[in-house]
Amino acid sequence: MNEVTQVASRTPVFNWREWISPRQLRKSLAKALNLLLLPSLGIGLFLAFWQVGANSIETSLGQFPGPVQVWEQSKGLLAEHRQERKKEVRFYQRQVDRNDKLLLANPDAITKIRAYTGKATILDQIVTSLYTVGFGFLIASIIAIPLGIACGLSEKVYQSVNPIIQTFKPVSPLAWLPLVTMVVSASYVSDDPMFEKAFLTSAVTVALCCLWPTVVNTIVGVASIDRDLINVSRVLRLSPLVYIRKIVIPSALPLIFTGLRLSLATGWMVLIAAEMLAQNPGLGKFIWDEFQNGSSDSLGRIMVAVVIIGVIGFFLDRVMLMVQRRVSWDKQAILR
Amino acid sequence: MSMTNSDMSFRRFGNLSILVGLRKVLAVATLLAMAAVVQADVGPAEKDELKFGFIKLTDMAPIAIAYEKGYFEDEGLYVTVEAQANWKVLLDGVIDGKLDGAHMLAGQPLAATIGYGTEAHIVTPFSMDLNGNGITVSNEVWAQMKANMPMENGKPLHPIKADYLKPVVEKLRGEGKPFKMGMVFPVSTHNYELRYWLAAGNIHPGFYAPHKGDNSGSINAEALLSVTPPPQMPSTLEAGTIHGYCVGEPWNQQAVFKGIGVPVITDYEIWKNNPEKVFGMSKEFTEKYPNTTVRIVKALLRAAKWLDENDNANRPAAVKILAQSNYVGADYEVIANSMTGTFEYEKGDKREVPDFNVFFRHFATYPYFSDAVWYLTQMRRWGQISEPKSDEWYFDIARKVYRPDIYALAAKELIAAGVMEKMDFPRFDTETGFRPVQDEFIDNVAYDGSQPNAYLQKFAIGLKAEVL
Repeated sequence: MNEVTQVASRTPVFNWREWISPRQLRKSLAKALNLLLLPSLGIGLFLAFWQVGANSIETSLGQFPGPVQVWEQSKGLLAEHRQERKKEVRFYQRQVDRNDKLLLANPDAITKIRAYTGKATILDQIVTSLYTVGFGFLIASIIAIPLGIACGLSEKVYQSVNPIIQTFKPVSPLAWLPLVTMVVSASYVSDDPMFEKAFLTSAVTVALCCLWPTVVNTIVGVASIDRDLINVSRVLRLSPLVYIRKIVIPSALPLIFTGLRLSLATGWMVLIAAEMLAQNPGLGKFIWDEFQNGSSDSLGRIMVAVVIIGVIGFFLDRVMLMVQRRVSWDKQAILR
Repeated sequence: MSMTNSDMSFRRFGNLSILVGLRKVLAVATLLAMAAVVQADVGPAEKDELKFGFIKLTDMAPIAIAYEKGYFEDEGLYVTVEAQANWKVLLDGVIDGKLDGAHMLAGQPLAATIGYGTEAHIVTPFSMDLNGNGITVSNEVWAQMKANMPMENGKPLHPIKADYLKPVVEKLRGEGKPFKMGMVFPVSTHNYELRYWLAAGNIHPGFYAPHKGDNSGSINAEALLSVTPPPQMPSTLEAGTIHGYCVGEPWNQQAVFKGIGVPVITDYEIWKNNPEKVFGMSKEFTEKYPNTTVRIVKALLRAAKWLDENDNANRPAAVKILAQSNYVGADYEVIANSMTGTFEYEKGDKREVPDFNVFFRHFATYPYFSDAVWYLTQMRRWGQISEPKSDEWYFDIARKVYRPDIYALAAKELIAAGVMEKMDFPRFDTETGFRPVQDEFIDNVAYDGSQPNAYLQKFAIGLKAEVL
């Protein structure tokens, strides 16, 4: 459905007679069915299968968690989060009290408030993970898009860079991780570091792995610019920079975004694995810690994290899709 | 009263009384000055935001308690406590400064200082606990062992020696299959305890030969020992990769609860009241931040005392804290099983082991040189130290790593503040750092810390003067 018909169907002339007409009713019913009923049916069936399946899997940590247990655990985790926040308030209050006492004894005393030292709750871990993946994705995009444009514009550059891209593209994040860890700890030395080393390690690993989809798609996008446009730019004698800005980037944008979407999805998957292996803060560490704890709640809690990871991944993809729709000049294209 | 007295004496004895009065004043002044010195001895912490590492084991309790009870904050320390993936990651963290201190295996500071593994000067002013480990075997091995075992009232007679394991190992070896066990780290207490128990039952656990690049520890071995991080022990046993393991709590009790293995012996029965974990810091840290170091020890001492107070009365509360997911995180019942003075061997065979975890009594926190020497003798016994060393060498290393001087500073502060009593600690003026001869080992070999080489001579299996 394109823009024009969409606008037309939204004309403000409201005719209730027509609206309740059987044809219209059937149509909206079908729409509701598509939008609500089918997904709910799918989810409902899945939950039922899950619960039945879970009931029949017995592990040494107890039964495999079904939806009910996961729901219980997620409530528990939220309660834990609230509890921790209360502790945090008390922690700061104690510091303020202590500082007041110090100032009373010595008005010149230098006091400071230190950041909370308590444990990271699952919500904290979500924020950390999002922040890390965002940072890694940013690094990757800053490298990948110019690289892709360069390769797309020049066949020679492409020929020389392509083997490297093809070699590194299939490398698993876990293979990079030890190297990245060592390089980051060796090269990032500062007395007052802006980032934690663990954060940088995860972000760089994410960047290394989610670079490639953007590079490849940008190359394709740039290489497939309409011949007419290229010819026009030649006639107009556009400078290389203007050419890239006015012609190359706009025409390649849909494919660049396809690449970015794939990259972000890859990055999100990589991040969880990296956090798990390197014990870097985030949802991956949450899962690993729970696995190590081996308590009877652990599996349920891990399942909560799994669902959260999925929902966030889905959400990130939707956001990218929205941006892609907005920036794409080709409103006819079907994006999904 | 005293004023009138001195006034009177002044009048009566003139000049002499002035002297006496002066002396009194002086005495009071000195006392006051001393009190002031004690108070001022440990200034404010130079570094007040700290990060400590630990491995998910119940004997990390002093750190958790010092945090949760606010003892760190009382010392002006703002501590973040972080679980580490394994002992190697933890040690590296302390070496490269990512961690300011950590719950460590007693062998780790010693090994790091002598350069076995990563070389770094790590010191310890605080021993974290006594005992607390166990050896667990798989159900299958247990069933075979049980056939050889003497029974008492329908239950196996304790302590269970490795002699009963010997036929199982031989049968497997006869079939051409290796007998494999897990321990947590090459220089861990668990490695030495497991080796001690196996060797006492005439099963050779194998030698190390680092000078030849052989760090597998399986030269001449009848039982192959390999490293597995503590929390992964039960799942590794369940997967059948190993036949048994030696680990700290709650991972032996976990095996009982999960029904995947049977603990056969606790380290308390291998060596009664053996020293276990220590709190390790880099030497650089203790020199750069001396006040912080003493304050850390003070907080840990208070935590250790709280853990043992009133006959373990606080243990259930401690278990509740440890069961939080950011600390040990295992179920309350699993942790409580050993922390509250009992230990469940075979399912249903729960026995009293009141001293299974000792945090404070028996001077558990004091860093005895003789404890350090024992670990060094075991490193020599199994070849991790590839050449024989003089007795002096053992004492030198012990003095370099174990720091009762820092401990004494912290303890005296606490005594002066009235938080603890003199009897809580060894007598600092006479303590040599060497425990009296200890003879409660499973093989009845007596240990005298002042004679390490003579001690090594007593073992049938183990290196003495030879180099592999």
